[in-house]
Amino acid sequence: MTLFFSFIRRAVMQGVPLLYGSTGEIITEKSGHLNLGIPGIMYMGAIGGVIGGFFYEQTGADFGLWYVRLFAILIALTCSLVFSCLMGLLYCFLTVSLRANQNVTGLALTTFGVGVGNFFGGSLIKISHADVPTVTLTKTSGCFAKHLGFVDSVNKAAQAGKCPQILAELCQTVFSYSFLAYLSIIIALVAAHVLMKTRTGLTLRAVGEDPATADAAGINVNRYKYVSTCLGSMIAGLGGLYYIMDYASGVWSSDGFGDRGWLSVALVIFSLWRPGLAIIGSFIFGGMYIIHNYIGGQKLFFLTIPKLSMQAQELFKMSPYVMTLLVLIFVSIKEKKEALPPAHLGQNYFREER
Amino acid sequence: MSEQTASSATAATPNVSGSPVPAIELRNITKTFGEVIANQGINLSVYRGEILSILGENGSGKTTLMNMISGIYFPDSGHIFIDGEEVLIRSPKDAFRYKIGMIHQHFKLIDVFTATENIVLGLNDGRYDLPAYEERVREICGRYGFVLDPKKKIYDMSVSEKQTVEIIKVLYRGADILILDEPTAVLTPQETDRLFDVLRRMRDDGKAIIIITHKLHEVMALSDKVAVLCKGRYIGTVVTKETNEAKLTEMMVGEKVDLNIHRSEPKNPVPRLIVKGLNCKNEDGIAVLKNISFTAQSGEILGIAGIAGSGQRELLESIAGLQRLESGEITYMNPSTEKEENLRNKSPRQIRELGVRLSFVPEDRLGMGLVGNMGIIDNMMLRSYESGRGFFLNRTAPASLADQIISDLQVVTPNAKTPVRRLSGGNVQKVLVGREIASAPTVLMVAYPVRGLDINSSFTIYRLLNEQKEKGVSIIFVGEDLDVLIELCDRILVLSSGSISGIVDPRVTPEGMTLKEQIGLLMTKKVDETAADTAADSSEKPAVADSAAVQTEITPASENGGKEAPNDGNQES
Repeated sequence: MTLFFSFIRRAVMQGVPLLYGSTGEIITEKSGHLNLGIPGIMYMGAIGGVIGGFFYEQTGADFGLWYVRLFAILIALTCSLVFSCLMGLLYCFLTVSLRANQNVTGLALTTFGVGVGNFFGGSLIKISHADVPTVTLTKTSGCFAKHLGFVDSVNKAAQAGKCPQILAELCQTVFSYSFLAYLSIIIALVAAHVLMKTRTGLTLRAVGEDPATADAAGINVNRYKYVSTCLGSMIAGLGGLYYIMDYASGVWSSDGFGDRGWLSVALVIFSLWRPGLAIIGSFIFGGMYIIHNYIGGQKLFFLTIPKLSMQAQELFKMSPYVMTLLVLIFVSIKEKKEALPPAHLGQNYFREER
Repeated sequence: MSEQTASSATAATPNVSGSPVPAIELRNITKTFGEVIANQGINLSVYRGEILSILGENGSGKTTLMNMISGIYFPDSGHIFIDGEEVLIRSPKDAFRYKIGMIHQHFKLIDVFTATENIVLGLNDGRYDLPAYEERVREICGRYGFVLDPKKKIYDMSVSEKQTVEIIKVLYRGADILILDEPTAVLTPQETDRLFDVLRRMRDDGKAIIIITHKLHEVMALSDKVAVLCKGRYIGTVVTKETNEAKLTEMMVGEKVDLNIHRSEPKNPVPRLIVKGLNCKNEDGIAVLKNISFTAQSGEILGIAGIAGSGQRELLESIAGLQRLESGEITYMNPSTEKEENLRNKSPRQIRELGVRLSFVPEDRLGMGLVGNMGIIDNMMLRSYESGRGFFLNRTAPASLADQIISDLQVVTPNAKTPVRRLSGGNVQKVLVGREIASAPTVLMVAYPVRGLDINSSFTIYRLLNEQKEKGVSIIFVGEDLDVLIELCDRILVLSSGSISGIVDPRVTPEGMTLKEQIGLLMTKKVDETAADTAADSSEKPAVADSAAVQTEITPASENGGKEAPNDGNQES
């Protein structure tokens, strides 16, 4: 039972960066731009937070003070947002203004983002004269990872036998995350509402479906593309920040982010371009990503599940991608128009080329 | 056109509605693109409560002129007045502000949105309240007699419903000067009538309406006044009641044109192509041809009528060997060997070599048959590339063929090597049809050969087809314009969602309705398998009795005529 709840909690924590990444990518893709630079952008969001946090810790501020902690959060957050927004702007400039090929630009940005991230990460390691090739921001991470206090009290009460164990587990599973985790869900819900229920959303979807029609209706197509791509990049960047500050407990190492960026892109397809579905999808993906750590050795009725070998573990890590493929197959069989990507996704818009 | 005629026509322009100031007035508008003069010194005025038709051949500058009113282009010189005040229309937004709405020929609608979402797109009027918008759309529909479900998605709509959405879109924005660019090109006769009813109601509601069309009879039926353009110049405006089709054509072309298509009786027709029980499914597994049976005879033009996407393309492709058939037989009577050949087992190339030729003019004109980036000579070679000696191509024969087509059909092109995509639509079509005719076919299938062509070019094509017919070629002609089908063809086969709903003899007028109405009804009629059989059996001998029988069956269909058209045009549009 405990194992099950701890699996759920880890799955959610794994899912949060994916949710940020895919919400950002959905908002971008709804404007008709396929931003494959998302892994690089999330990486930049992470390093941005690390740089901000690192130099603030270097000032030797006293993290015991509440406003210092607040400041630490704001600085890391701002740096992260600025970094990812710059990446978004770069992507927009290339694809919207210069009309470069979106796939090529996106892939280049991913390579670029990871490279720049590693460069800054390496520099910070050098500055900090650390023995291991990592940057550790324990103090800043402590501010980000803070969760609601009453969860601990409930836990203590359960250990002391004052309340049932299951209640404590449930309480922990629902309330034990940091504010960035809750923010990811709020952002996804708001995005879902804006896209489907507001004029802004209608306009944005129109731009992604058929920019020429939107243009004829007097909509500033390029402005919508710029704003949605930059906003999407900033949201995705927060995924990187969450990963470093909460999931990895403030420890930066080169290429530590893994393939979470690509998972986010896959999640966009899995959730059929709907941020609401992406919330559930991200937790499923998170769970599948780590399930290999949790199975093996248990008794299931009369069967004993064998311990997973290394190869088998890798197979399990693959499962989110397999699921995405299955969803793609299913959707293309069903041919429901609403489940398809925006019609103009991946194509740049020239007004003159009617 | 003489100066005299132009000035007298302008002077004779009365004010139909009686309102003192025109809703919109153009004075001396000129627009050039580079060296090409699109419009020169155009004067026009439309009053409220009036329908003005703008008539002109292809390239006479009608659409350019309308684009200047709707803010897409800006005139080089001249003045535009709205309600007597001079205005500058710099963008579509300005046009909205002056309550000018344009309904383009190609719909600007978003497929996955509902009608209402499309209508309110780009508007900014406070809270986003979809139910309230839907209510307003319903109200507008009620006022002018549109039939439209505001919640229906565009991809579920027929062409005429999409057009309705476009019209409501401009009405919703409060437009009271409406411009329609060839609105009837995609509609069945019934749908056209309904559109005209709506337009008349809008006129009576005090709106100024400008309609661009190629079709003279529509001009005569609908408009109060007609303005004629010729090669970018303004010829004059006449009152519809005081003119006739011949006079209008003369103004438009600048010379007298014989508007009658000469139709000779078929000479000793023998069956050339016998199609039996053809069934065909598209990629999605939907039946596009259902139990098609007919016989095409030598020396006759067999017309095929139907709403776009009713299976015309698939039928021609089946005969040309380009479609996978579910079942059915296609037998070809080879005139040189007098033998029966089964086309079903033959490759497209073998079929071509037998003399069965297909020229298909798709909506974008260059889709099938010609390669846009290649010149006329290279396009001729697409049919003869195997005939060279060994490894090398034979370029002389295609080059002389190209020259011959250019001179015979008066193709306007700098030279035979100019990429065909740079030619105007009419010239491209002449090249396409000319190439197929040059190969001396025995069966010639043409689909939409006059699509988007002006009167002169169209008549050249009709003349070419008639020449082939007299040579004993069996011609299958898929057309859009029912008037032309009726005048040109010896028999007309009507397709309705993949089935033959009837075969009519255009020389015989049915009782109680015009021939056109009868065909229009057949086009939207639902056919079950047995009915298709009956229709097919009668194919050999179309008679009055037969078409009368068809009539009685189909009367109920007239009420929901256009609505039934299921997803038509989707694959082509």
